[in-house]
Amino acid sequence: MPGDHARGVPGPGPVIALDGVTISRGGRTLVRDLDLQIQPGEFVAVLGPNGAGKSTLLKVLLGEIAPDAGTVTVDGRAPGDRGTHLGYVPQQRAFDPGITLRGRDLVSLGIDGTRFGPGWPGRRGEKRRIVEDSLARLEAGKLADKPLGRMSGGEQQRVRVAQAIACDPCVMLCDEPLLSLDLTGQRTVASVLDRRRREDATAIVFVTHEINPVLPMVDRVLYIVDGRHRIGTPDEVFTSEVMSDLYSSPVEVLRVRGQIVVVGDTQHLVAEPFGAGHHHHDDDNDTEHGAH
Amino acid sequence: MDRLLEIGRSLADTETTAYLLQQDFVLLGLAAIALLGLLAGAIGPFIVMRQMSFSVHGASELALTGAAAALLFGLNLGFGAILGSVVAALMFGLMGSRASQRDSSIGVIMAFGLGLAVLFIHLYPGRSGTAFALLTGQIVGVSEHGVVQMAVVAAIICGALIALYRPLVFSSADPEVAEARGVPVRALNLIFAVLVGLAAAQAVQVVGALLVLSLLITPAAAAAAVTSSPARAIGLTILFAEIAAVGGMLLSLAPGVPVSVFVTTISFVIYLACRGVAALRR
Repeated sequence: MPGDHARGVPGPGPVIALDGVTISRGGRTLVRDLDLQIQPGEFVAVLGPNGAGKSTLLKVLLGEIAPDAGTVTVDGRAPGDRGTHLGYVPQQRAFDPGITLRGRDLVSLGIDGTRFGPGWPGRRGEKRRIVEDSLARLEAGKLADKPLGRMSGGEQQRVRVAQAIACDPCVMLCDEPLLSLDLTGQRTVASVLDRRRREDATAIVFVTHEINPVLPMVDRVLYIVDGRHRIGTPDEVFTSEVMSDLYSSPVEVLRVRGQIVVVGDTQHLVAEPFGAGHHHHDDDNDTEHGAH
Repeated sequence: MDRLLEIGRSLADTETTAYLLQQDFVLLGLAAIALLGLLAGAIGPFIVMRQMSFSVHGASELALTGAAAALLFGLNLGFGAILGSVVAALMFGLMGSRASQRDSSIGVIMAFGLGLAVLFIHLYPGRSGTAFALLTGQIVGVSEHGVVQMAVVAAIICGALIALYRPLVFSSADPEVAEARGVPVRALNLIFAVLVGLAAAQAVQVVGALLVLSLLITPAAAAAAVTSSPARAIGLTILFAEIAAVGGMLLSLAPGVPVSVFVTTISFVIYLACRGVAALRR
């Protein structure tokens, strides 16, 4: 297993390189002339109002949508290459309650789910070890043998993150992975991602509508509004001046107890206080952590 | 009513059953239905995981249309069935992998296909019993050629499922992530649709179009009620499908009723038992 499971040691170059990328959907330009290099171990948050093109940008990185202009490489290859060590965590969506998969089965798909042909029985021990290690990192060891269909939304999401790290990714693309998680779940997932990029130099692209849960670990922010974008550290991007410019209307950025609050008359402002607006997503009734 | 009692009595008639079991045409029928149990059991868990029950039903109705057309134009019946259901399954496969996207379209295509089938059967100058057999199943009368065809289809389906196993499970369980990881989800949808078409066409010739679900869906649904391990689900589904198929055939011998009666009954009883076990475990 180690033979074909290993990924290249991250070189000095960027893991993701976007060069002059323009993306349009349905006659609207979502992203114009985007240059972005993401280094190994870097944590980049992608923010913007609903419909700004955050998820579409991820689909470009996944090779599912071709950009209208510019070039994209992921781990030195064309996006969508089946051999790329890439972890993907989608928005939470419930599995069918009757699905015949357990937590461990979903995680092991992250290891060799893209491979055709019969599995080699000799590798089962190694695979099992990776699966259990990945689940343990999410404090989700108990979910290994739990049927997927009987897990709460938060439990399912933790198993999905475990699946994404099981393939030893050099890039992780996360599309609103904290939605439907309670505070404990959010912290667990965020800290697993943070550890992953520190210890294994995995680059992380994190699409979110809320910066605060990941603020301590974000290196750079890509903020997209209506075809305009800004890239920089949170301190550079979250200023009243930059935000007003992006939204083309007066916006004030406040720092309240280490959290970023964006206030303006535009309705789709997106940075909310940590935890706000999350209670309706919260269907995580997992008692393991004594969730509120 | 008397007829029903007679069937009940003849179930205990082991002598007749033993006599029939020495006949070549019965043995051929047994071989065919055992192969059908194997292929249905192998593909069933994937059908259930992909929530494709309605596609299977649609494909088998269209197999009926194909077979009725073949009957009318004097072509090979099995070939007509396969053509009809594979074309249907491909159309369903093109409609996408989510049940909600294809639900009503399947209903539309199926209704039209059944209309055509009625027309073909109406125009068919021969015995209507042959056409009726396509609806309710006719195992006795399977030729050696039919058994060989069944074996070939079973081998194709099992071989393809082994080769595609992991990407197929991945794209069935979580198409979005599978696609992100580079699994050719759309191509797999189409390949799987062809496999479903082949399986439905084979099942139609044995248990009839109306009852295909009892071999392709019920055993898999029963297994899903008692296990959530994918490998164990496949093993149990094959076991359940074989018990229903072979058991149903054996029971049908002495009373001389269509094989589908007992196949559907056994698979339904297994399903109820599994649901019972699942309820007790909670």
